[in-house]
Amino acid sequence: MYTQALDSPTPESQAATPGSQESLARRFDERVERDEKIEPKDWMPEAYRQTLIRQISQHAHSEIVGMLPEGNWITRAPSLRRKAVLIAKVQDEGGHGMYLYSAAETLGVARAELLEQLLDGRAKYSSIFNYPTLTWADVGAIGWLVDGAAIMNQIPICRCSYGPYARAMVRICKEESFHQRQGFEIMLALARGTPQQRAMAQDALDRWWWPSIMMFGPSDATSKHTAQSMRWRIKRFTNDELRQKFIDVTVPQAQFLGLEIPDPALRWDEATQHYLTGPIDWSEFKAVLQGDGPCNRERLEARRAAHEQGRWVREAAAAYAAKHGRSQR
Amino acid sequence: MSEDWPLFEVFIRARSGLEHKHVGSLHAADARMAIEHARDVYTRRQEGVSIWVVRSSEIVASDPEEAEALFEPARDKVYRHPTFYAIPDEVKNL
Amino acid sequence: MTASAPDSPAARGGSPSAEARFRYVLRLADTSLILGQRLGEWVGHAPALEEELALANIALDLIGQARLLLGYAGEVEGRGRDEDALAFLRDAPQFCNASLAEQPNGDFGHTIVRQFLLDAWQLELYEALSGSADARLAEIAAKAVKETRYHWRFSAGWLVRLGDGTAESHARVQQALDALWRFTDELLAPDGLDQQMAAAGIAPSLSALRGRWEARVGAALAQATLQRPAAARYPWHGKRGVHTEHLGHLLAEMQHLPRALPGAKW
Repeated sequence: MYTQALDSPTPESQAATPGSQESLARRFDERVERDEKIEPKDWMPEAYRQTLIRQISQHAHSEIVGMLPEGNWITRAPSLRRKAVLIAKVQDEGGHGMYLYSAAETLGVARAELLEQLLDGRAKYSSIFNYPTLTWADVGAIGWLVDGAAIMNQIPICRCSYGPYARAMVRICKEESFHQRQGFEIMLALARGTPQQRAMAQDALDRWWWPSIMMFGPSDATSKHTAQSMRWRIKRFTNDELRQKFIDVTVPQAQFLGLEIPDPALRWDEATQHYLTGPIDWSEFKAVLQGDGPCNRERLEARRAAHEQGRWVREAAAAYAAKHGRSQR
Repeated sequence: MSEDWPLFEVFIRARSGLEHKHVGSLHAADARMAIEHARDVYTRRQEGVSIWVVRSSEIVASDPEEAEALFEPARDKVYRHPTFYAIPDEVKNL
Repeated sequence: MTASAPDSPAARGGSPSAEARFRYVLRLADTSLILGQRLGEWVGHAPALEEELALANIALDLIGQARLLLGYAGEVEGRGRDEDALAFLRDAPQFCNASLAEQPNGDFGHTIVRQFLLDAWQLELYEALSGSADARLAEIAAKAVKETRYHWRFSAGWLVRLGDGTAESHARVQQALDALWRFTDELLAPDGLDQQMAAAGIAPSLSALRGRWEARVGAALAQATLQRPAAARYPWHGKRGVHTEHLGHLLAEMQHLPRALPGAKW
């Protein structure tokens, strides 16, 4: 068990001499190498803590912002079953955000602070959620491609060194499989439907393919951060490895749907047994990350407005709790 | 800030017969709300028959620095583990 | 509500027509559907992440009830209309939801007041319907009661927090209550169809239900330090297909896609 108190590591290790800091660091490295889990009140290098806070909170923010592009279609889902499934999916995503904020808080940062960083525009979240959902097919494409990519990313993290993060990921991965299936099922129904539905599906694939493979981030084979993250067992595969895996799995799925991937240079490479894509336009990725994507402003505005407009509600609940004391059941 | 809600730790008993397990944390204005939030976040897939919520500030934890003092001596007390005793294979139900 | 009651179908020598039963089930189905649709609009806009999940959870329950009830309604009607045909291809005058359900979300307080008034009604109604002479309705109601108990816990809990929270929250929910109270008349004032169903043992007597609803709502309002508004008659009843202007817009958004591609499967 651990507390969520925002205290720092125990006085002993704080006042420790450089020699014993070194031995603490060595013990830490050994534990990680043995695939032992690090728990919240264990000694950890400050850089490890900060890297985790950044990575976990970015993941949490992504889930929260990710509720918006799909939430956009709840009121317009074309059947009651689709409406119900979409509500359930978006609910799950909110829940995932909560598991992750909860994990981040074990590292000594308050959720209110993380939320402030997001709403101020200081925090990053996955670029993919800055794209608009223009048609119902987009909802299918997101489930199929975006959740598919997310799953690729997430499964290795179930084995990451930090206990609360790994456990949150295990929970998330268990819930995630239905998300991708629901998306693919939507695409399948469209691909097998009327010519208009097929065109809708193809159009969605045309717009979501490249942003989806860019989700994995640029090549990090030479990144120092990646090397360190991998030594700390926070990251287990490189961006390129994950991206390649995703492409190899997804191309046959698109073929099954009878849809065409919008990449004239896409080809199967017999020698490496991989699908190779054409060049990726990383300038678009950079622009979107910097805040100039199609929906960056709208996404944050929506969240900011909700937060502002809800302030009186949160205050009222706190006031009521204070008035009626902690005996309130 | 007057709108901050305190943090609660959540424990769920998944099925009768099992213990309550720690599953994570959430924010709520009061304990009743915390139960509802816990139910909404952690039991969406029928994973619970019982929920405990505790304010995080109320939890007392052992110090990892003291792990050796608290837990290592127990390692020597092998007689608590069933494998310490050599029972012939022919004896059943032990 | 047993078959041997004095004014039962057996005693009177006739049970309601399929058409009447169809319309009655639609009242239940459409109220859940429209209310669920309204709650679906909250995703991404709630005051806190936890409330977002709670509202989505209630929306999901309501859509689930709507699906079961619409499916049953279609069977009773006997013209081959399934849940989606009924949800997406009827126009506003054919919807039988309570007018209260179609009122816009407004702020969180407004949504909570609307929810609380309807939860109290659904709770009493479903509890009573669990003993309906109509076995299918009884089965659906028995399941819905469990969900509604939780909805009531949520909405009444929030009503009390907001009513007895800050001066601002108190003012906002009092205002919402004053604005929405006139739509409650329709929930409890029986019309011909309600009476017909009660006589047949299919539905409870609304006059009996009124007492329980009043008690439940009154207790919550008192705890919330809210003033119960004066009784107001509002004769334009959604349950008879005479709606407010809001329903048209809601349906336009909800129904657009299937109507744009008629015959398509999703």
